[in-house]
Parts: sequence; C-alpha cells; structure tokens
Amino acid sequence: MPEDPAVYDQARYQDGDRTEPLLQEQHEETTEIDSALPDELTRDSLSVPGPAEPELARHYMRLAQMNYAIETGPYPLGSCTMKYNPAFTEAVADQPSAGVHPDRPASTVQGTLAVYAELQEALAQIGGMDAVSLQPPAGAAGEFVGIRIAAAYHEDNDEGDQRSEVIIPDAAHGTNFASAAMGGYDVVELPSGDDGRVNLDALEAALSEDTAALMLTNPNTLGLFERDIETIADRVHDAGGLLYYDGANLNALLGRVRPGDMGFDVMHYNVHKTFATPHGGGGPGAGPVGVQDYLAQYLPAPRVRETDAGEYEQFDPEATIGKVHGYYGNWLVLVKAHAYIQRLGDAGLRDASATAVLNANYLASQIEYDVPYTPFHHEFVATAGDRDAADVAKRMLDYGVHPPTTKWPELVDEALMTEPTEAESKRSLDRLAAAFNAVERDDADAVARAPERTAVRRIDQADAARNPRLSWHDLLDDDA
Amino acid sequence: MSGAGSPYAPHDDEDREAMLDAVGVDSVEALFDMPDAVRFDGEFGIEPKSEQRVQAAVAETLAGNDDVVEFLGRGHYNHYVPAVVDRLSQRSEFITSYTQYQPEVTQGFLQALFEYQSLVVELTGLDIANCSMYDAATALGEAALLASRVRAVDGSTVLVPASMRSERRSVLDNYVAGTDLTVEEYPTSGGTVDPDVLADQLGDEVVLVYVESPSMRGTIVENLGGVGEAIAAENALFCLGSDPVALSLLERPVDAGVDIVVGDAASLGLETAYGMGLGMFATREAFLRQVPGRLVGAGTDDAGTRAYTLTLQTREQHIRRERATSNICTNQAWLALRAAIHAAWLGSRGLVDLAEQCVELPRDLAASIDTIDGITAPVDDGYHFREFVAHTDQPAPAIRDDLLEHGFAVHAIGDHELQFCVTDANEAHTEDLLTALEAVV
Repeated sequence: MPEDPAVYDQARYQDGDRTEPLLQEQHEETTEIDSALPDELTRDSLSVPGPAEPELARHYMRLAQMNYAIETGPYPLGSCTMKYNPAFTEAVADQPSAGVHPDRPASTVQGTLAVYAELQEALAQIGGMDAVSLQPPAGAAGEFVGIRIAAAYHEDNDEGDQRSEVIIPDAAHGTNFASAAMGGYDVVELPSGDDGRVNLDALEAALSEDTAALMLTNPNTLGLFERDIETIADRVHDAGGLLYYDGANLNALLGRVRPGDMGFDVMHYNVHKTFATPHGGGGPGAGPVGVQDYLAQYLPAPRVRETDAGEYEQFDPEATIGKVHGYYGNWLVLVKAHAYIQRLGDAGLRDASATAVLNANYLASQIEYDVPYTPFHHEFVATAGDRDAADVAKRMLDYGVHPPTTKWPELVDEALMTEPTEAESKRSLDRLAAAFNAVERDDADAVARAPERTAVRRIDQADAARNPRLSWHDLLDDDA
Repeated sequence: MSGAGSPYAPHDDEDREAMLDAVGVDSVEALFDMPDAVRFDGEFGIEPKSEQRVQAAVAETLAGNDDVVEFLGRGHYNHYVPAVVDRLSQRSEFITSYTQYQPEVTQGFLQALFEYQSLVVELTGLDIANCSMYDAATALGEAALLASRVRAVDGSTVLVPASMRSERRSVLDNYVAGTDLTVEEYPTSGGTVDPDVLADQLGDEVVLVYVESPSMRGTIVENLGGVGEAIAAENALFCLGSDPVALSLLERPVDAGVDIVVGDAASLGLETAYGMGLGMFATREAFLRQVPGRLVGAGTDDAGTRAYTLTLQTREQHIRRERATSNICTNQAWLALRAAIHAAWLGSRGLVDLAEQCVELPRDLAASIDTIDGITAPVDDGYHFREFVAHTDQPAPAIRDDLLEHGFAVHAIGDHELQFCVTDANEAHTEDLLTALEAVV
C-alpha cells in the first residue's frame, strides 16, 4: 500500500515544494486572531492544518486502509482477548439519550443510572462478587482501585504501615507490578513452579505479616488454571492478606468458575476483552471492580443503587477510597458491555468461554510449534524454538494475519502467546495455523527480512527511540 | 453450537466435532482443568435476547432520562461534533483494532495518533504530548507523579486551587497516596489566582502548582505569566489545566512558563458522554523519559520510508513493570483519533472561531441574565470562557429545581450561586432559558 501523506504534508505536495513548511502557510491563515479578549490573554497565532472535508475524509480513509483490525482478520494476541465487537452495541451507545452531562441531577438521568445498576448486578453475578463499581476506566485503573482498597482495609485494621508488600507471580501482567508500585507497595515477585503455576512453597516463603495482597490471574498467562486456588486463597487469608483477581483472562471461565467462589476478595473485569467492547486502537476500555461484601464500603464513590421506591440513586460507600476518574468512568464503553451481556445471556456467555477454549486447543493442535505448558484454556504459549519470536511475528504479517503476543511470558523461550478467542471460525483458525506453519518452513533470510507485504517494511525501533520525533514540529525541524 | 450459543462464535456442530477430534477429546468440558470444588453450577439469571430486543430494551431504559436542555459545564463540555467524525472514526479498521504493537500493519492509527500529539504540541507550545490519558483528573494525577520523580526541591507539597472540582481533587489524592506527596489548596478569587497571593504560599516545600484556566467558574486567569514566574522562582513545576478549544485562543502555556499541560481534550470529538473524557498530557522535552503513557514517534522503515511506531516503551509497564512511569496500558486512543479528526475539520480558523464564540456567548448571556430582577451576572470580574457564575437573591438550589421543571439544567454551586455554560451546542435555547429564568427567579 502506498504511503499516505500526513495532513500537514499535503499542502506541501500540492504546491510541489516539499521544503516549504506547511506550518508557516497555515500560520498566515490564522495570524489574524481578532478576539474580544485583550491581546495579552491570547496567543499570537495557531497553525493547525484544516483540509476541506473531502480531503479530510480521504486522508482518514487512507489511514484506515493502513490499519489491521478484528474486522480485517484474526487478531490472536495473548491476554488481549481480541474478539469480534458486535455492530449493534455501537448503535446502542449512539442513542442521543445516552449523551447526557454528568452533573445532571439523578432524577433526570434515571435511564443512565438504571443501566449502571443493571450492569453492576450482572457483573457481580458473573464474578461471584457482592458489589461492583463501574468507575475505573481501564483494567490497570481497576487494579489500582484494588490496591487502594487493600490499603484502606489494612489501615482500618491498624495494619496499614505493617502490610507493605504485594506478591505477584513472575509471569503476571506488567500492570500488576506497576499498579502495586503506584499504590506505594513493595513488589515481591513470586517465581513460578516447574509446572508453570504458583508454587505453594514459594508462596509460603513470600507470605508474611507484611503481606497486603496477592495479585493473581487465573487461568494464568500460560493459560493454565491454578488448580491449588483454594489452598492459595486459604494461605493468603491466613496470613492476613487479600486475594486480588486480575480479570484479563476471565474469558476462559464464564459460567464455569467465578472468582468469588475461588476465594478472591477483589477483582477487576476488562470489559474491552471479556465483554467485546471495541479496543479502539488502544482504548477506551473499562475496568469495573468487584468485591466481597466486607470490602464494599471501600469502593469508589459514587455507586448506584435502586431505592425501595424503584428509583435509582447515587451514594458514597461509607469508607470509600474516593475517586479514580473525574466522573463515572467510560460510560459509552459500559453501555456497550451491558448490551453484549444482555444479548448473550447465561447460555451465550458460557458458550463463548467453551468455544474460546476449544479454539485455542484446536489451533495449538494444528501448528508445528511446541507448546510446553498444558493443559491450557483460552490461550496457549508456543515457542518459536531457535527462531526469534519477534521475527516470526513479522513474517506472519506477510501471510496476512496478525501474529500473537511475542517474547512474553518469559517462562517460555521465544514465546508466542496466542489467544484466538471464540470469534474465529474453524476456517479462520486453519488460515492462522497455515500462517504459523508457513513461517516455520520459511528460510531464515525470509523471516529476518520480514515483513515485505505490509504498508511499510520493518521499522527501525532503535532509531525511533534514539531520535524521538513525536510531532510534526520535530519533522519540520528535521527538514529545516 | 446452534440456538443457545454465542451468536458471535461461528461454529456449526460439524466443525465442532472435527475440532474436538483434532484435539483428541470427546467434549469441550474435558478441556476445562479445574477442581470440582470451585465449579459454578448456578445461573446468572440473564436470559439471552435477540439483538432487536436488547436494542429496544436499552432504548426503553435510557428513555428514562429526562429531555432537558443542559447549560452545564464545569469540566465536561458540549460542542457540535461534525458527522464526518462519526463516519471516519467508526470505520472498523480504526475502532476494532488493538494497540499498535505491530506497527507495520497499524500505520493508519499510528499516524492519526501522531497527528493528535502534534495538535496538542501546537496548542500548548510544549515539546511533547502523549497519545492520551483517561481524563483530565487522572492526567493531573500523573502530572503530580511526574513532578514527584523529577523534583528539584526537598519538599513534597502539591498546591491546587480551592476552586477545583472536589472529584478531581479526590482522584489526585488517590494518585499521590502511594508517595510522600501531600496536596494543599491555595485560595482563589473568582476561580482565578493572583501571583502575589500564590507567592505567599510558595516555598521550597512545593513540588508542583496546579492552575486551571479557564477555571471551574469559567474565568480566564489574567496574569498567567506572573503566576509562572512566581512558581519558577521557587523551582516548583507549573501544571496548567485547560482544554484544546480554550488553548486555540488563549495565551500559549509555554509562553507563561508552564511545564505540564493537562485537561480534557474530549471537548473536541465527543459530545456529552456522562463524563467520559480524553486526558490531555503535554510537557517539556526535559521530562521525556518520565512521561506516562504511550508515545508515537516518526521514524523510518528498512526501505527508508517514513513510518510511525510506538516508541520509548521502556517507560511503560509491560517492559519496566514496577519501575514504569505509570501503570496505564489501555488508554483513550479512539477518542484521540476523534479529536484529531474534529480539529482537522475545523482547522486553525475554525478552532479560533469556536474558541472566540466561547468568549462571546457567556458574555452576552450574562448580560441578558443581569437584566432580570433577582439575579446578577456575572459574579466574577474579568473574562469568561463558556461559563460564568450568577448571584441569586433567592436560594439557588430552589431556582435550579424550578428551572428543571421548565426543562433546563444548570449548576447550583452555592447557596446563592448558579452557574451557566453556553456553547454552540445550546445557544439556540438561550431565549427560552431567559424566559424560564424570568418566571422562576
């Protein structure tokens, strides 16, 4: 595909002189800031390119054409749950009645609050939790809420200073470590056992009166279920810590096991993974948090409840940690998740997990790569063997599919962490497997050269980082 | 599975059998490796429904929202968003794509984010902008954490305006809870800050000073440069809260000595969405390696063609884990795309005109309201942006409730203070608002 010039480059192409800085041209258009404000309160000029709408539309259409997405092909990124985003949820969120101001009195937004209440209830059921806050705008924000709740809980037990450590398995998501650190905790890394799961002896050694919480993903990032979860929960609780569930892999469990029933005290849900809201090129998502009854008093403020009179009201939990979003979270994402859950219902959610697990197992059975850790569920981690997993991924691009997550978790050498989700048909999985296998048979040169059939060739990451050019201003400086 | 299965899991029975055979098991259940003791055999109690029924049900629920005209602002603003923003941003290639971890097949989104970053750089005059935080409040929290890491003073105080929203303050309190930072207020007058008053409170214990312009009362800070000098004199960092429409017209933050700009950029690209936002974050190049969140950079590919990529990722949680600059992963990228499209649709001229309208509309509405007996406006001196505060002789909450009966939502921010926000989105209703006000004041 040809390169599409940036908006700010187009005028340069049009006048045939690539060296003339567009910003100067735009600048002339706007130097006349004729404001009701005195000069000292205003800027002198503004230089933002403003193509006519036909040019604008073509520009962004060209950009869209240079972007891989779920609707262009399979997207088997491990731990990302890139499933199909049902079109109708977009229509649901687009209703004018969904677009209200957050400072409206509750009496005038009963519809919005009703959706909050219904989604809170559905997520509580799905997670086996007693109370849910929809406020965290992403999974990492949900983790941070969990960490803050743990801090408030231990504080109330007069152990706030004492319990200064959060235990996290070595193969956990990077956000776990960062969220704990942001909350001021020391991170204790838990080495995985030989079977890829939590090693109970290592856990015992890590637990102490300093333990605030253990953060766990289950199934873990290898796709393995922590079979000892009951014992793990008992030991963490005996040590006085809380057990946190990272919901990134919840798509494996819907309707079969609930975090609350496994002994987890607090969890987050990734609605942009499990409940099919679109990733939007990196966000917005939403990371609601569920807790057991005894922690409900700490949830972010406000929550929503139905009164005896059948109306909906907002209320502040009595010992709330306060807020982690300026308002009520990513509402337009939440309403899409609500629509998805209502569409699938019990049977659909259960089937989504079953099919996700079947798809992962089928795909693994069709590829010529070793998968060291089994039995996995919705995702598996294959090894690229003596090849560089990042190179394998680039070569897969040439076969028209998106590759898996690479080089992580590090328990597997040259990891290819693969999660096809339930949305891929057998035919699509066969195509994915064919791409995996074609790369396996390609000669080393072809793999090292890849990709060759994409909009651009392999990008020089080292140079991009060494010479950061982070805006068109930097590019113009380069030109100058 | 037909019938009761997920409509978005496309296997028929034949495929399913073939796949089970290939795996070597008799049923899907055999693939689940979990102890019986934790298995769930209950029901969620959610009945599957047709797409049509869900749409109708949600529409019916949302119909419970009253049909009122909003004159509401205070951090969340409504401007007309051109139709082309929806049409382009809802292209499946954009909205159903993931974070650009394989840049060779995501050049489109990367370039759009690069253009968004460029827009924020142009608006702020600062060197670098990231490609989004969650919202204004969390962007402020991240600014405090950045200031904590790079601080040039021994102290640990973050100063914030007394006039800021308590919700924003609460988010900030949570963000700094794991650090030695403490948050204190400085007094504001009419929402704005006087450099001399601020100077009295500054000292070597102050790490960061947060200033909002326009303020939560809609006032524009008049001596921003003086504020910047006072802050710089004590080696503290200057964080300005603003938004891209205001910055299209107001003094460039960099010219006032601002070190970090935060705010909600969803004033472009997104109409009112119950507080959903787009956290703007820009700062100086000196702090490049301390910036939270994702950065898109321009570079070249093996053939020498310009190409875009996520860069400087060693700041981020998936590489640096507990030593990352932030825990943020999923961000608000799609809203950044929408803001970029909206800004390009407006261009410089359109942005400046929109901003100018945000100066004129509240000025004119305040003047009209001031002619009504029992209410005076604006309360605050100086210039306003989008919104202003009015004084009411009778209790303001009661007037707010009465206005609601007439179909208008306004803020009651004190016993005798109402706040009105007026933009292109609601200006057509100002005459009706005035009529209602005359009836209820």
